[in-house]
Amino acid sequence: MAVKEKTGREAPPAPKGGGMTLRRRRTLVGLSFITPNFVGFFVLNLIPILFALLLCFNKWDGFNPMEFVGLDNFKYIFTHKVFQQAVVKTVIFTAFSVVITMLLSLGLAVLINQKLKGIGIFRTAIFFPYVASVVAVAAVWQMLFQKDMGLINEILRALGVADPPGWFASTKWALPAVIVVNIWKNMGYYMIIYLAALQDIPTSLVEAGMIDGANAWQRFWRIKWPLLRNATFFVAMMLTINSFKSFDLIYALTEGGPGTATTLLSQYIYNQSFVSWDYGRASAAAMVLFAIVAVITLFQFRLEKKFSE
Amino acid sequence: MLNKIPTWRKVLLYAALILICAVTLLPLVWMLSASLKLDKDVFRIPIEWIPSDPAWSNYQRIWEQVPMLRFTFNTFKVTIITTIIQVFTCSFAAYGFAKCQFKGRNLLFLLYVATIAVPWQVYMLPQYTMMNNVFHMVDTHAVLILLHSFDAFGVFLLRQFCMGIPNELLEAARIDGLSEYGIYRRIVLPQMGPSIATLVIFTFVSNWNDFMGPMIYLNSTELKTVQLGIRMFMGQYSTEYGLIMAASVVSLIPVIIVFLIFQKQFVQGIATSGLKG
Repeated sequence: MAVKEKTGREAPPAPKGGGMTLRRRRTLVGLSFITPNFVGFFVLNLIPILFALLLCFNKWDGFNPMEFVGLDNFKYIFTHKVFQQAVVKTVIFTAFSVVITMLLSLGLAVLINQKLKGIGIFRTAIFFPYVASVVAVAAVWQMLFQKDMGLINEILRALGVADPPGWFASTKWALPAVIVVNIWKNMGYYMIIYLAALQDIPTSLVEAGMIDGANAWQRFWRIKWPLLRNATFFVAMMLTINSFKSFDLIYALTEGGPGTATTLLSQYIYNQSFVSWDYGRASAAAMVLFAIVAVITLFQFRLEKKFSE
Repeated sequence: MLNKIPTWRKVLLYAALILICAVTLLPLVWMLSASLKLDKDVFRIPIEWIPSDPAWSNYQRIWEQVPMLRFTFNTFKVTIITTIIQVFTCSFAAYGFAKCQFKGRNLLFLLYVATIAVPWQVYMLPQYTMMNNVFHMVDTHAVLILLHSFDAFGVFLLRQFCMGIPNELLEAARIDGLSEYGIYRRIVLPQMGPSIATLVIFTFVSNWNDFMGPMIYLNSTELKTVQLGIRMFMGQYSTEYGLIMAASVVSLIPVIIVFLIFQKQFVQGIATSGLKG
């Protein structure tokens, strides 16, 4: 419907006998295709991003006049203990999430990439947690990780762990528990990416390896693994960025608690925004997050280029 | 030659796969099982995976204790409208970026791509302020719809597919006298079918599951979505485990249905946007 309207309005009859050059007309037509989306994108994404850039150098609570404070917001957050801890915790969360998810998703992809009957069912099962809502997922994991009655502690007790931890209720164990749920939820997604890469590898190459007498292990490491390099870069990059940005799931599981035990960078930004209503500090912290994400992206692109040369 | 997997390896593979899937699905199976139990039985050991006396009443009570029906309707409304706007504006822009030649095109596209890399947390507060102070749209469904309708990722995804449409086809149509809009509607749009399906599923799932958007923007109970509804449940009836699990199961059903029907497109979409991006 929207298309028709657009078509009717934006397609002027071609001006006969000059006035508009072909080039200008092409530009107008091209822009007319992009405009409906661009207007929304500009107002809702670009302006707020630019506004955030402005806010991080100002003090503002949303009501009183804005006051320029230079780098004060950055000075504040860099000396704020909760912020420092949030950065450290984000790095820990990211490191564990990236390494473990990558290994698991690669392993799963290799396992799933077999010509077996019903393999699609297994793929679907492993992928499903990725599309399940964080709220529902958090609700069930909270019960599974429950201290006295939860299934996980029952299993641990059966295995001989005398006093299993309280997980989400424990300042020490909440972060590991959050990492476990995070890995469980996302590994299916990265498995699919690895699976697509594995299926792109020409069978002739693998068959040649077989004829040369390479066993399965050698075929994987000598033939497939080098060809998976692009996928590995992509997975590593996406995982790192997504782990740094991680928010919904942790919020649904612990709301950053107990205390500040699972307050990662995103949660810190959220708290500064919607709990303290300190726009400047929130934006300053957000810029730090953005800088980290940007540096990782650039670094990984650089590395990828270097390797593929 | 590759198809011949020895039987012993097959058995081993199946065993490994079944074990892995059992572990992966365990939380969801537990959820389903608990949703059919009375609160006092939810944590009883040994676990009765299939309750002998299923408490179907849980599934009745969730609709009575909080306005779950209202929440479900709200979520469908927001999700469907967003998906429609998303598909039209994104496919339109994708064609513009992929097949129309004009000055500044690449620069504009770069802007889109760069924005995908900016974490939402960076502009979530300015966005909220703008919605609150300029548009006065906080606590409406319109704000959620706007927030998700112009996702740069959608444009990016469809453009990738659009690039694959052969130019000769479009040239032929131009010679036949079709305008660019005609080409978009008669040739490009039909060809984009599978990629639009992918976008629809992505949009549907991410909107249905969206939690932070509604949490930040909605206050009124009658406007809330399913995800907020479950949170409300957990806050008000924190020890009614069976009910919380029943509500969670219900919230997963639409996604399960959409996912099972369209999973091929879903998987293709991830593979395409992932590797060729």
